[in-house]
Amino acid sequence: MRFMLLQNYGGVEADCAPMDKWSPEEVRAHIEFQQTLNHRLEELGELIDAQGLAGPDQARIVVSDGTSAPLVTDGPFPESKELLAGYRIVEVDTPERAVEIAAEISAAPGQGGAAIRQRIEVRQVMSAPDPEV
Amino acid sequence: MTDHTGVEGLLRELAPQALGVVVRRYGHFADAEDAVQEAHVAAAASWSADGVPDSPLGWLVRVASRRMADLYRSDEARRRREDVAASWSKTPPDPASGQDDTLVLFFMCCHPLLAPSSAVALTLRALGGLTTREIAAAFLVPEATMAQRISRAKRTLADGGASFALPDVAAGAQRLSLVLRVVYLVFSEGYASSGGPDLTRLDLAAEAIRLGRLLHELLPDEPEPTALLALMLLTEARRPARTAAGGALVPLADQERARWDRTLIVEGTSLAAAALEQGPLGEYAVQAAVAALHDAAPLYEDTDWERILSLYTVLERMTDNPVVRLNRAVAVAMVEGPDAGLALVDELAASGALARSHRVHAVRAHLLEQKGATAAARAEYVAAAGGTDNLRERDYLTLRAASLRPGSD
Repeated sequence: MRFMLLQNYGGVEADCAPMDKWSPEEVRAHIEFQQTLNHRLEELGELIDAQGLAGPDQARIVVSDGTSAPLVTDGPFPESKELLAGYRIVEVDTPERAVEIAAEISAAPGQGGAAIRQRIEVRQVMSAPDPEV
Repeated sequence: MTDHTGVEGLLRELAPQALGVVVRRYGHFADAEDAVQEAHVAAAASWSADGVPDSPLGWLVRVASRRMADLYRSDEARRRREDVAASWSKTPPDPASGQDDTLVLFFMCCHPLLAPSSAVALTLRALGGLTTREIAAAFLVPEATMAQRISRAKRTLADGGASFALPDVAAGAQRLSLVLRVVYLVFSEGYASSGGPDLTRLDLAAEAIRLGRLLHELLPDEPEPTALLALMLLTEARRPARTAAGGALVPLADQERARWDRTLIVEGTSLAAAALEQGPLGEYAVQAAVAALHDAAPLYEDTDWERILSLYTVLERMTDNPVVRLNRAVAVAMVEGPDAGLALVDELAASGALARSHRVHAVRAHLLEQKGATAAARAEYVAAAGGTDNLRERDYLTLRAASLRPGSD
């Protein structure tokens, strides 16, 4: 079964300054953590995809009624903390394993190496139906 | 689609045989499997350009053996390599033991140490003769991830001391049921994804049927492999009618039966009958018999629900599987009316089995709709749609719910 593990910009539960206040070493450790995790998930045969998204400043929101010109809003957005920052897609044998991976992602290191306690949303990707149906 | 011809078809047939021989000679399943993959790739290029050699199996074994020898550079390994190389020119592979080897490969790839997803990948590579790239594409997984999954599976087998031998008689039945389950998993995956947007994906249902045929040929007197092949053919026969244009799911009751594949139904039905004659009665034999009854009905209204009910009663006793109990409840409803079915569904739901499954809601919705309780049926369809992890099923259930809205007909 396949799960999408999503993280937003604002979802850090630890009392931790934003990343632009971190030291280069702290940033490097954080990035290395992500790369190592991806590599390990790949080795476990579980990683399907891992992507970070360009920042909220580059985000645009589009609304259309299908006939008139679409309404395009440029950032920054007041609710930018709720925007998606990145995701991983993993294929695992049990939902418990997806939660376990999410917990690892959540504990990424931040300032002083302490876990940032990122909120990770665990969502199952829809599959196709069984022959029985 | 499954009819592989020429070099590719020959290779896919011979690669598992070559693997059996190489593993038997060298005793290292993981390395032998890699070596045969490489020989397979080399053969695909060489044979297409220069023609198929006189003894294609011998060619594959020779190239794979050379690769194995390269892998083992220690003195001992070198001595062994020379012995093996010398023995090659003399002994052509014995077809009888080759069959045994292929069977051992099935047991190895579907070993109880492996998670189902790993067993599936390994089986498709070692026995289906597919490349990692093809398997990865079929499951929409990156190639690197699939390669790791396969090599991890082989490491697990090595670490767990899995031996390249047929399981003993005591463990045999249980081990065979694992092999059957893996083949059926491949089939389910292929069947489920058929009709999807990506038509270039490898046809996994066809691959599973191919594996099922191979297994049946290896064990012609065993009823369950016969029955599994029957079940797959009888299910596959309905595939053309199972999705509407655009991929929407068409339930059995609404399928256009003229589109069912008669040839597959004839073959599947006779295999299902053969499995029943072979006995003792197994789970796949009962399921194949149910599938044969569905396929035999010219119209949904002609379905022999009484016999299907008695088969599900047998199956329920055999498996004690809640999904089977749910299917039996549907059959009861068809024979005795929706209230009898609903009573069984409520009993099942109260027992706590399938508590997290949307299927209870879906079945209840159908039965409520059958007896005209539209408001209640609609609520159950909505609950079922919210619980399913299947996109097309959710679409179907959402549509059913919408069609029961007050004011719609």
